[in-house]
Amino acid sequence: MNAGLVRRIGFAIAAPTMALVFAVAASTIVLAAAGSNPFQAYGDMLSHASKLETMIDILNRATPLFISGIAAAIGFRLNLFNIGVEGQYLLAALVAAHVGGIVSLPAPLHVALILLVSMSVGAGYAGVAGLLKVTRGIHEVISTIMLNAIATSGLIVALLKAWQAGGGLGGNVTRVGTAEIDTSGRIPNLNSIVELFTREIGRDRELTGVLIVAILVGVGYHLIVNRSRFGYELRASGNNPFAAHAGGVPPKRMLMAAMLASGAIAGLVGMTEIMAGGVFPANPIQGLGFAGIAVALLGRNSAVGAAFAALIFAFLDISSGILQSTGSASREIVQIMQGLIILAAVVAYQIAERVRRREEARVASSSLIGATA
Amino acid sequence: MSWLRELPVSFRWMLYALVGIFALNLVQGFDSTELLTAEGSSRAMLRWGVPILLAGLGGLFAERVGIVNIGIEGMMILGTWFGAWGALEFGAWWGLLFGILGGALGGLVHAVATVQFGVDHVISGVAINILGPGLARFLSSEIFAVAYRDQGGSITQSPRVPTVGRFTFPFLAGGDLFGWKSPDVLGWFTRKDWAYISDVTGVARGLVSNMSWVTVIALALVPASSWLLWRTRFGLRLRVCGERPEAGEAQGINIAYYKYVGVIMSGAFAGLGGAFIASQELSGIYKEGQTTGRGFIGLASLIFGNWRPSGVLGGAMLFGYPFALDLQDLDGAASHSLLLVTAIVMFVLAAFAVKRHNRSDAILASVFGLGALVWYLLTDAPPDWWAAILPYAIVLIVLIFFTKRLRPPAAAGQVYRKGGR
Repeated sequence: MNAGLVRRIGFAIAAPTMALVFAVAASTIVLAAAGSNPFQAYGDMLSHASKLETMIDILNRATPLFISGIAAAIGFRLNLFNIGVEGQYLLAALVAAHVGGIVSLPAPLHVALILLVSMSVGAGYAGVAGLLKVTRGIHEVISTIMLNAIATSGLIVALLKAWQAGGGLGGNVTRVGTAEIDTSGRIPNLNSIVELFTREIGRDRELTGVLIVAILVGVGYHLIVNRSRFGYELRASGNNPFAAHAGGVPPKRMLMAAMLASGAIAGLVGMTEIMAGGVFPANPIQGLGFAGIAVALLGRNSAVGAAFAALIFAFLDISSGILQSTGSASREIVQIMQGLIILAAVVAYQIAERVRRREEARVASSSLIGATA
Repeated sequence: MSWLRELPVSFRWMLYALVGIFALNLVQGFDSTELLTAEGSSRAMLRWGVPILLAGLGGLFAERVGIVNIGIEGMMILGTWFGAWGALEFGAWWGLLFGILGGALGGLVHAVATVQFGVDHVISGVAINILGPGLARFLSSEIFAVAYRDQGGSITQSPRVPTVGRFTFPFLAGGDLFGWKSPDVLGWFTRKDWAYISDVTGVARGLVSNMSWVTVIALALVPASSWLLWRTRFGLRLRVCGERPEAGEAQGINIAYYKYVGVIMSGAFAGLGGAFIASQELSGIYKEGQTTGRGFIGLASLIFGNWRPSGVLGGAMLFGYPFALDLQDLDGAASHSLLLVTAIVMFVLAAFAVKRHNRSDAILASVFGLGALVWYLLTDAPPDWWAAILPYAIVLIVLIFFTKRLRPPAAAGQVYRKGGR
């Protein structure tokens, strides 16, 4: 292994490690100030996480977080901030669950249909924001936030009312979820595969089959961004849109493509919940879209980074429940830790980038001096 | 229309408002509602517009020093929490102060990240939007859910908070003046029920009577911000940071310092907006998720208002109006009428676009107008989800037609490094 590679890996790992250390240190102070014993809390979090069932929980949580992170990362590669993953995944999951619930098809087709519908709805909804940006110059952060509000406060409420199981129950009946999807439309859980390597999984835990989809998404993302022409153009346009444009990469088309791709992946975020329960519930898990942004930021828009980030965030999410049951600290500390990690991570990356540039300049100038001497 | 441009900006907005009220008044003639120009509606519009206004002014100060502040929403959330806590702990006015401080704290974090470390502005803002609600929730779990449990506090909400007093303008709306009750001029006109005139005075009375002192302060901050930014040396220095920081640096101005000041002020405005949301005027309690994206709507009003305080006020009122109407409009008649208003506005926009040879605007506006008209004619009352999405839809539609013709501060969003590095 040469020194350059070691240095590169060092730079890649140093920043997130710094961020984690900072976040843990800051959380320790907050916890101590709040009168809890921070080390007791961390001990509880870690000892529970080493149980098989908790690991399953963490993986189930990390799966949608990872997909959401990849959806955000696609945009970030182009300096495009798709804050609308939240609205996109909820709307996509609702439509997909409804379509999946009313058709009956052989298993592979049924699953494929559900995934296709959710990806198209996600892409379509994100496409609105893309179109607004390309044709009218509206910043995507504002437009996607408005579209989020329109989806969550209007469209989903209205559609869920129209599509709830048992038909329109009319008026103000307590809402139930959509009609249940047949087993043929549901990706089976991976318990049998896990149990090959470990003991039997207890307490009704099921490892989501969407994990496979997430892995495919991650591998696909990595290959397309780093090994394809589209990925090259995406990165070029993101780094320097003017140079890329001069080099024949149409910025508007790239923007639209990135938005559609981001939305399509965002459509898959809700699949974990749909596949586990077979319905789009009346109170779906929310906030995965915003968490995905955090995952993408912490993971530096790379597939591997996002996977680690998703696992860390999922671990924190699941730990929050554990803290509540053991009572060693307030479970809300976890949200602060997540916020601190992101903030610390973006600052740390910036510092690392600066150090790296200075280092490069130093190496370059010293080699120049060496050449002339 | 060149004479329009020569009018002072406040007169121009007043003229727009008069035309707007005329259109609303006309439409009400077709429908069985009087809510569109009711005194209660304009008062509610002001109430709902104030947080948007404060968020917009917050965005204004940040962008005028060249920092895009997407974190306004998170800073507003800090404002709601600290505002409610301060009010409960020390009294209503202290609540406002703590709200401001809470927001300013968020502004400080944003300034450290963007000015000190050169983090991308949007990324830092997004991080603050995640951190803000997390911090508010943690603090609630430690304080509202413990010390205030028996008063109804919990992890997601506080008990009811005390409120600051109310204010009614003397003479215009019959407010008290040192214990003497002044005549209520606008009220007199409103009660006469004269066509149009009484509508105008009714709307005006809603805007000058029975308002919280915070509203008075927020409205006073509009001319104050204009004065500060365009009439003082301090304001000039702030604006240099957002237009040409290198030029300012060459003049010996400490750009980083002014950027810090601008972003912290930005957070303070957002915090005051948050404290207002938690105050009796809107909620009366701190409640999780109560900002409902109004920080972002404030940013939209900033764009609509072309990065000027008076424009932000106009945008805030425009975006506050559908929120206000939604609450009072129980039978949906007013929402229904609003469809016709939308159609008329769109057709007017289309006519202007045709005059300016802007084909895409003309087509788009006509399509929206026709859609609204057809919907208006085919239904008696729009579905209830329409009222829920209306404020956000209006923001989008307004941005569709106004974004391109505006001029943001030249250096907004750029990461500034001293010495141009």
